[in-house]
Amino acid sequence: MELLKEARNGNKRAIARLITLAESEAEEASHALQQLYAYTGGAHIVGITGPPGSGKSTLTDKIVKKLRKEDKKVAILAVDPTSPFTGGAILGDRVRMSDLNLDEGVYIRSLGTRGKLGGLSKAVHYATKILDACDYDYIFIETVGVGQSEVDIVKTADTTIVVMVPGLGDDIQAIKAGILEIGDLFIVNKSDRDGANRLSIELQMMLDLNAVKSEWTPPINMTVASKSEGVDEVVEKIKNHFVYLQESGELTVRRRQRLETEIIDLVIQKLTTYMTKKMSKEGSYEEELNRVFNKETDPYTLVNKMLNESLK
Amino acid sequence: MAEKLIRVLVAKPGLDGHDRGAKVVARALRDAGMEVIYTGLRQTPEQIAAAAVQEDVNVVCLSLLSGAHNHLFPKVVQLLKEKDAGDILVVGGGVIPDADIPYLKENGIAEIFTPGTPTSKAIEFITSHVQ
Amino acid sequence: MFDKEKLASIQSAKEGWDNGTVAKALGKYKERREEFTTSSKIPVERLYTPLNTADLDYEQDLGFPGQYPFTRGVQPTMYRGRFWTMRQYAGFATAEESNKRYKYLLEQGQTGLSVAFDLPTQIGYDSDDEIAHGEIGKVGVAIDSLADMETLFSGIPLDKVSTSMTINAPASVLLAMYIAVGEKQGVSADVLRGTIQNDILKEYSARGTYIYPPAPSMRLITNIFEFCSKNVPKWNTISISGYHIREAGSTAVQEVAFTLADGIAYVKAAIDAGLNVDDFAGRLSFFFNSHNNLLEEVAKFRAARKLWAKIMKERFGATKPRSWMLRFHTQTGGSTLTAQQPDNNIVRVAMQTLAAVLGGTQSLHTNSKDEALALPTEDSVRIALRTQQIVAYESGVCDTIDPLAGSYYVEALTKKIEDEAMAYIEKIDALGGADKAIEQGFIQKEIADSSYNYQKEVESGHEVIVGMNKFYIEEKPVEGLLRVDPAVGEAQVKKLKAMKENRDNVAVKNKLDALKEAAKTDANLMPYILDAVRVYGTEGEICNILREVFGEYRPVEIL
Repeated sequence: MELLKEARNGNKRAIARLITLAESEAEEASHALQQLYAYTGGAHIVGITGPPGSGKSTLTDKIVKKLRKEDKKVAILAVDPTSPFTGGAILGDRVRMSDLNLDEGVYIRSLGTRGKLGGLSKAVHYATKILDACDYDYIFIETVGVGQSEVDIVKTADTTIVVMVPGLGDDIQAIKAGILEIGDLFIVNKSDRDGANRLSIELQMMLDLNAVKSEWTPPINMTVASKSEGVDEVVEKIKNHFVYLQESGELTVRRRQRLETEIIDLVIQKLTTYMTKKMSKEGSYEEELNRVFNKETDPYTLVNKMLNESLK
Repeated sequence: MAEKLIRVLVAKPGLDGHDRGAKVVARALRDAGMEVIYTGLRQTPEQIAAAAVQEDVNVVCLSLLSGAHNHLFPKVVQLLKEKDAGDILVVGGGVIPDADIPYLKENGIAEIFTPGTPTSKAIEFITSHVQ
Repeated sequence: MFDKEKLASIQSAKEGWDNGTVAKALGKYKERREEFTTSSKIPVERLYTPLNTADLDYEQDLGFPGQYPFTRGVQPTMYRGRFWTMRQYAGFATAEESNKRYKYLLEQGQTGLSVAFDLPTQIGYDSDDEIAHGEIGKVGVAIDSLADMETLFSGIPLDKVSTSMTINAPASVLLAMYIAVGEKQGVSADVLRGTIQNDILKEYSARGTYIYPPAPSMRLITNIFEFCSKNVPKWNTISISGYHIREAGSTAVQEVAFTLADGIAYVKAAIDAGLNVDDFAGRLSFFFNSHNNLLEEVAKFRAARKLWAKIMKERFGATKPRSWMLRFHTQTGGSTLTAQQPDNNIVRVAMQTLAAVLGGTQSLHTNSKDEALALPTEDSVRIALRTQQIVAYESGVCDTIDPLAGSYYVEALTKKIEDEAMAYIEKIDALGGADKAIEQGFIQKEIADSSYNYQKEVESGHEVIVGMNKFYIEEKPVEGLLRVDPAVGEAQVKKLKAMKENRDNVAVKNKLDALKEAAKTDANLMPYILDAVRVYGTEGEICNILREVFGEYRPVEIL
């Protein structure tokens, strides 16, 4: 397992290769993942989400630079939506982080959603595991907070940061309630703009209304990421949250829950792949489908039959 | 197993700000089903090579109109080799005189696309040269 | 322009023609296309008649040359008085080489200079900066300090020429150097004539040579407006440019809309900075592209002139007629040139020249046939200049003003472009102005969409480019292209090093420190920059000082 050894030694080419292999679910990768698992658990996984134009990438860039001064190894997974039509994607988030490119202690990877349901969370899952096992202290997962799948991804983080910005037209009411529930830390970025205070107050009110029973009260931070203002405080809060998670035992609870979801997801994905392959190979599927369509049988009977046959 | 997806880094080395061509190529490759990572303007060869490695791309497309190609293109190839990533296909495009093409090819640029080349030709080249 | 009765009669005659003569012809032969459109996707009708211009009010919509709304031209006599300024954009390698080319061009009858700078100069880096490697002298001349600028204009009296400089983010520095060269020649600033491009917004949206973020960049621009209105009154302080927006792939309508939207943002910024609109508006100039669709281009220039006059008068309340005038430079469309059969480009450029002249340009650069391959050679630059001279002296189109006015098609198209551009401007207003629209990536995305659509149409053969996707031939590689000697870079670096050793480095440090302190306040920075330039502080040193205070711009990439 040369690749695995190289990756654990910090060779970025090997890490990158492993992620690609895992993404495409190559045989080689599944062995590597099995062996890597023992080394995981050391990284603090931080999700960052927010609408387009909220300055997430710039903020991530600044947070990472601060962590680098403390000599932490940091990985960034930049997630962009994939065109549902062609499967292709243009991933442009590196643009705002290009001076991190040359930092030996930073690894940046862009991930597309690859058009398939669950495709993205799977890719993020594998990449996170690999980076965690390769001794990255922090793994940032950056997504555009627009769709359910992005929200799902962020949920897999230990700490979730929600970035907002005044004057983007969408007022706070429009923000998905789901996002308020997942945020451990809220940031009003570009806070030198008009409306920043109002946004912060409205956000506070919404959070009070939404209050969940927990000892952690999500703080709201004001930043101007482009000028590095407020970034140190954000880094402080990220660390505080992790300490809270550890001390309250919440970390164990969250990670266990996450493991459970991950396993179920993997089972479902494997099963789906297996079933689709099997059905298309046997060729009888088309025929069965026609029968359902012509009302000769019904979908429920067909599904039961397919399952019974597969799981024999 | 998922089908093999081609990942491409579209990069603008040097100081040249003309990104019309790079953007058109990025969109065309996307529409051909590839995953395209766009670096933005003013990237040094070092930044481009580092991004190519971290992103584990199959191809690097360099676009340059300022005339500094003889200096910048071979540098990218050389840096990739140093990073043990000499297998990444490097192609280039832009205002590049015919006379410079042999030199660039000798220095590891697999193909040069000059003004007026249809994007379909670049797509075909990439698809047939990525193993 | 016709009475109702007459129009009704034309209407019924046209219906007769449509249903009779035309229908019969169409029965026999189909037209070449189902739909005809201009490059901006404006539908083109089979025939234009007085019906298309029925709503036109001559005095309000067209008026007279030299009078509001200037649709027919900004000067009362236009080219009957004098031709446009023939101004070829040039510069490469070292200041010495470029100085020779300028003198050659002036001897050939060119009437104004236009300086092209290399990329390190355009982005505020000295030639000895690591990042400049490989780019020195490539797309223009390398200027590091006043010493280079003195060489560039050696033997060219600055009180006799007008000089246009394509410089944006560091425009203040290069303008200061030009003023300082004038001082050395004994020419005072108040007689200097010329233009700096100084248009940062289109750098963010289309051209890419930005340095600082928008707010400090806008401050530098308004500093220049203010400084020049007092000290360099004949200088055009900005050339608000649609040229590069078009080159980046926009349509003609978008070119007008985004350029004027940028113009609105500058005027607003200057007014917000406390300037009186009539004190600076007369020094604003514009820069457009001239493409192949001859009549659409003519209509574009006319529409832009009319729109700007209205914007300045109605929106900003300018009262001086000069503040209402859209004066513009034109360059023929670089992206229309083909690398294949480059001689064909001469014909394209001739057509584009005609469009610019029929559109009433104040100055013109014609591209050379070999520019899709490399920088132009001296021979090909001469042909390009001759093209302008042929149109000026031989074509007869300059003998009367705005000769296409009243063409049913041109007038209808002028109105259509005006309306569509205005709709865009309103959309940009709603986003908070051009600066905000750029920050949100709106303008970049609109341009990229148009550019990609065009590319697809070329590849499908719907758009024909002669010699490239039709009428193609096998050709031998073109020989004799201009090459910039790589030794130029080394020589420039050496020269810079020697200059730094010989100057008064204490004075340089003092002036740079003073600039830095001033940058932190809201002082006008022009006098400080001028001070630093006079003691041979370099462009890179000055820009780096400002980078420390202002930070650097990070682009929004919307693809």
